[in-house]
Amino acid sequence: MQWLANLFPNVVSNQTQFVESIWQTLYMLFASGVLVGVIGLVLGVALVVTEPGQVLANAAVYQVLDKIVNVMRSIPFIILLALVTPLTKLLVGTSIGTTAAIVPLVIGCTPFYARQVQGALASVDQGLVEAAVAMGLSPVDIIFKVYLKEGAAEIARTSIVTIISLIGLTAMAGAVGAGGLGDIAITLGYNQFENDVTVAATLIILLMVLVIQFFGDLVVKRLTH
Amino acid sequence: MNERSGMLELEQVSVDFRNRKQTIAAVRDVNITIPTGTVFGLIGYSGAGKSTLARTINLLQRPTSGSVKIAGVDITTLGQRELRQWRRKIGMIFQHFNLMATRTVEENVMLPLLHSGLSKQEKRQKADRLLKLVDLADRKDAYPSQLSGGQKQRVAIARALANDPQILISDEATSALDPKTTQNILQLLQRLNKQLGLTVILITHEMEVVREITNQVAVMDHGQIIEQGPTTQLFLNPQQPLTRELLVDGDQGTEDMAALIKQYTAEERSLVSFTYREQQTDLFTLLKTIERWVEQIKLVYNNTQRVENQLWGTAVIAVRNDQVAELQQYVAAHPAVVANKLLKEVD
Repeated sequence: MQWLANLFPNVVSNQTQFVESIWQTLYMLFASGVLVGVIGLVLGVALVVTEPGQVLANAAVYQVLDKIVNVMRSIPFIILLALVTPLTKLLVGTSIGTTAAIVPLVIGCTPFYARQVQGALASVDQGLVEAAVAMGLSPVDIIFKVYLKEGAAEIARTSIVTIISLIGLTAMAGAVGAGGLGDIAITLGYNQFENDVTVAATLIILLMVLVIQFFGDLVVKRLTH
Repeated sequence: MNERSGMLELEQVSVDFRNRKQTIAAVRDVNITIPTGTVFGLIGYSGAGKSTLARTINLLQRPTSGSVKIAGVDITTLGQRELRQWRRKIGMIFQHFNLMATRTVEENVMLPLLHSGLSKQEKRQKADRLLKLVDLADRKDAYPSQLSGGQKQRVAIARALANDPQILISDEATSALDPKTTQNILQLLQRLNKQLGLTVILITHEMEVVREITNQVAVMDHGQIIEQGPTTQLFLNPQQPLTRELLVDGDQGTEDMAALIKQYTAEERSLVSFTYREQQTDLFTLLKTIERWVEQIKLVYNNTQRVENQLWGTAVIAVRNDQVAELQQYVAAHPAVVANKLLKEVD
């Protein structure tokens, strides 16, 4: 272990702060991940079924949702972080810190995930939907028994992409004082030229991505027939 | 289930597809009555409107105008919930099977039973019974990706029968299968029609599908029904050129016949065509007995076809003009002959 300490002296001297930043990243990832997952899934399903010609076709709702998602997707995340500050203050009480970061993370990532879900469900063969309608299944039945079931593997695949993207977003949030590995990489690593901290933070993030990818692939495999 | 329970009536059904530039009339003023227990063939080239018309039967496609009556009830007037209940009484099978890839064969057959009120055990039993009916009981735990085309279609048929429907719509269900498998599936459909009294509506562009198992046929072209009637009649005595094109083997080229008519007219002879049942007589015997009554006959053309499980012969005889009445009188009286026609020059 001594050689490790020699390679990363600043990590060792700031170890409590470093370990805490790992937990902060995980906390942001989990909390935003759950919210993005739930809201994004509902939004994605809505985008698919309200489209004209679909089982719950509603041109007005579809247009509104579609345009909102488009607009949100166009805003660069780093700008979004600044833009939602008033809302963050309203919801969380402050615009600084890990919990505060969850607001822009969720607002920034949800439209992305919604589009991913929409794409995954749109890839379900329309013939299956037609057969389900012919069988006398209701729109709710079709959402759960056809779209979500047949699209499960694809949704799992796009979820992995989204989670990994979210890790990157949490690092960006670190640039504006959210805490986490991004924050420490910049404040200690970049600003104070402690490069070993930067490298160490990157390695930990890499490890997270690999683990998620590995377990994610297992899930996808399980869901594919 | 009473006499009218499977009866289908399409009245003045039209379907228009509108986009910004134009309106396409996919189905135009179609009137069809299909009695319970009929095997009804709907034949036509691609784009004729047959699939669109078939989809109006269970309102997968809502007609722009007209009514769709099943057992006397106009389903175009029903609310969503009632419509779904009626849909369970109509089974449908498709060209590309449309089986759920993430479910096993058994689970696929159980899917329509979602609102049937049966317990899971009962659903499973019913599914197994249906799979036995289509000869696939041994593959119930397989996934669709592990099955052949014919097997997939059989699963689809079992699934379509899950709610004990009175009508089964087959939308080009054999178009993606090889001839042998097609025959297999058609035999199954015929068996179901006979055993369960199931009304079957077969949409296809292939004559072979229609020939064996249908009782009635309608021919569609550009959204309209151009000819309809009993299968045997349409095969043996098609009126419309398109019907002839679709159903007849091509042997009896109209141009050839026109040339022959000209030739024989010049010799003061006429051509009479007639159709007879091969089971009751053969051509040789028939000609021999005709010769006793009619002078100087000559066989110009003959052909045999199998339609609706019977063998039919068609023959064209050249006869002296003054003998035409004799010949027609004789063949009309003959028990094995079903139709005869004097072939005229302008056809």
